Amino acid sequence: MQKEKVITAKDLTKRFGDFTAVDKITFDVEKGEIFGFLGANGAGKTTAMRMLCGLLLPTSGLATVAGFDVFKQTEQIKKNIGYMSQKFSLYEDLTITENIRFYAGIYGLTDERIKEKTGLLIKQLHLQGQEKTLVRALPLGWKQKLAFSIAIVHDPAIVFLDEPTGGVDPITRREFWGLIYEASAKGITIFVTTHYMDEAEYCNRVSVMVDGRIDALDTPANLMKDYSAASMDGVFLQLARKAVRTGD
Amino acid sequence: MRMLKFLLQKELKQIFRDPGIIRVLFIMPMVQLLILPLAADYEIKNINLGVVDHDHSEYSRKLVNKIVASGYFRLKDYSPTFKQGLKAIELDKTDLILEIPTHFERDLVDENKSTLFVAVDAINGVKAGLGGAYLQQIIGGYNQDVRDQWIQTPRYDQQPTIDVVSSDWYNPNMNYRVFMVPGILVMLVTMIGSSFAANNIVREKEMGTIEQINVSPIKKYQFILGKLIPFWLLAINILTIGLIIARVIYGIVPLGSYFTIYAFASIYLIAILGLGLLLSTYAQTQQQSMLVSFFVTMIFNLLSGLYTPIESMPVWAQWVTKFNPVSYFIEVMRMVMLKGSGLADIGFQILAILGFAVFFNGWAILNYSKRTG
Repeated sequence: MQKEKVITAKDLTKRFGDFTAVDKITFDVEKGEIFGFLGANGAGKTTAMRMLCGLLLPTSGLATVAGFDVFKQTEQIKKNIGYMSQKFSLYEDLTITENIRFYAGIYGLTDERIKEKTGLLIKQLHLQGQEKTLVRALPLGWKQKLAFSIAIVHDPAIVFLDEPTGGVDPITRREFWGLIYEASAKGITIFVTTHYMDEAEYCNRVSVMVDGRIDALDTPANLMKDYSAASMDGVFLQLARKAVRTGD
Repeated sequence: MRMLKFLLQKELKQIFRDPGIIRVLFIMPMVQLLILPLAADYEIKNINLGVVDHDHSEYSRKLVNKIVASGYFRLKDYSPTFKQGLKAIELDKTDLILEIPTHFERDLVDENKSTLFVAVDAINGVKAGLGGAYLQQIIGGYNQDVRDQWIQTPRYDQQPTIDVVSSDWYNPNMNYRVFMVPGILVMLVTMIGSSFAANNIVREKEMGTIEQINVSPIKKYQFILGKLIPFWLLAINILTIGLIIARVIYGIVPLGSYFTIYAFASIYLIAILGLGLLLSTYAQTQQQSMLVSFFVTMIFNLLSGLYTPIESMPVWAQWVTKFNPVSYFIEVMRMVMLKGSGLADIGFQILAILGFAVFFNGWAILNYSKRTG
């Protein structure tokens, strides 16, 4: 069965001077897939993700996101993706509903849709009664769940998540992954980087980056079999130890 | 347009939610306009006078009285010898010494002439220069009094003297506040325009929210307009508050129209906000943008003709002022306020400031990139 590909990358490379941050990576991501993007600190994950989001111009190679070229059609890409960065990036001095309204508005949702979405989101995140709370006052886990919901408020084709659960407690992480599964069920492709190996096992497929290259790419089950490891932890350790580069 | 609406809504909510901004926005202009014009006054008052009177006559006392009565001088020291008078200057008690020689009265009455000696502490050049000049003027006036009293005015002057009568145009009372308040208002609007806008964008960089904006379909010009418009409105508000203070507190009513001031200010603010945006595209942290905008506005203000006339600057500095938007606005403000100039009279300045607006904003837009590398 041939599935629709929403991300394709071929020999995608990014060099900063002499330093090759991302070295000829090649991979595809299918529609609706949860694609885990693993790698040690400094392996080049964030750089690769920033290129796919149109925030960073690649040095060479080819890549398309939602059918658009990352070199020339970044503005079209931006209409079709959601992005949640490592750094929390909602406006802390705006309330929950004001943040939703702002991000929904700039993605071109109508006032009616914004209203509907706001209601839905508040209910889904159990934030009833807190609509007028400043985002600053929310606990980190809630902030992250809200940031994710806002990143997909415009129903993008793909959402890029850069270590979305860093510093979040295990219960909230599980709830966060619940949200990811819901989004995936609606047909939104998830592209996620993480350092938690239990999360890697939730993904449909994972790739492991070492020194700017993709050294392994398969389903978690196949990877564990290939590396004869009992968990993704074992797979990751075997691969990451080969790294020459030191982490940041 | 819809995009812009959401950007403006967000920006205005953030501005009005920040108590710090509101405080600075409204208290800063009040304080600056209520206090600075009183301090930034070129008229020298309270010059500390030391007198060494060797004559102790009626005439010498009359002279000292006349000097003190002028209101510019305070008699701080009365020494018997010049040496002791000098001591007072060294101790910073006095700024200048007037030495009245022995036989001052006798010489004046008998020989119809006498000499006085004035020694001035020139550490503060302005004070020394003006103090010396005031003193000479008062002594000159005293001289005239004495002559009127003693000499029968002849039917016609044997010695023709040239009497200069000056009338001060545009500011007939030589009121420094009329001159300074509009200038200080310009300085204020400039500082707020450049540093607030710059800091605001840099803060988005620090918070990481700019990344979220960059990955969205917001266009460069929309983002920049979304930042320009709120701060433009704020600065126009400050200008209005300032003009009200000028009118209510200082009674300064422009001879020209408020329309001319606002028309020029509208373009001027676009230029200054453009400068702020430009700074923000280079700065990575709020400290950087604060320091750089402080540095730039300080140079702009000192080379603007606000405190010192541009014509008396060295030629190279006069050239620098031509590249300083602040100097144009100060010039226009004073022209409109004091001379009643209209739009037609400030055509050149409007053209110049339009140039600045295009230059700064163009550079800022070119330099603000949603994508790096």
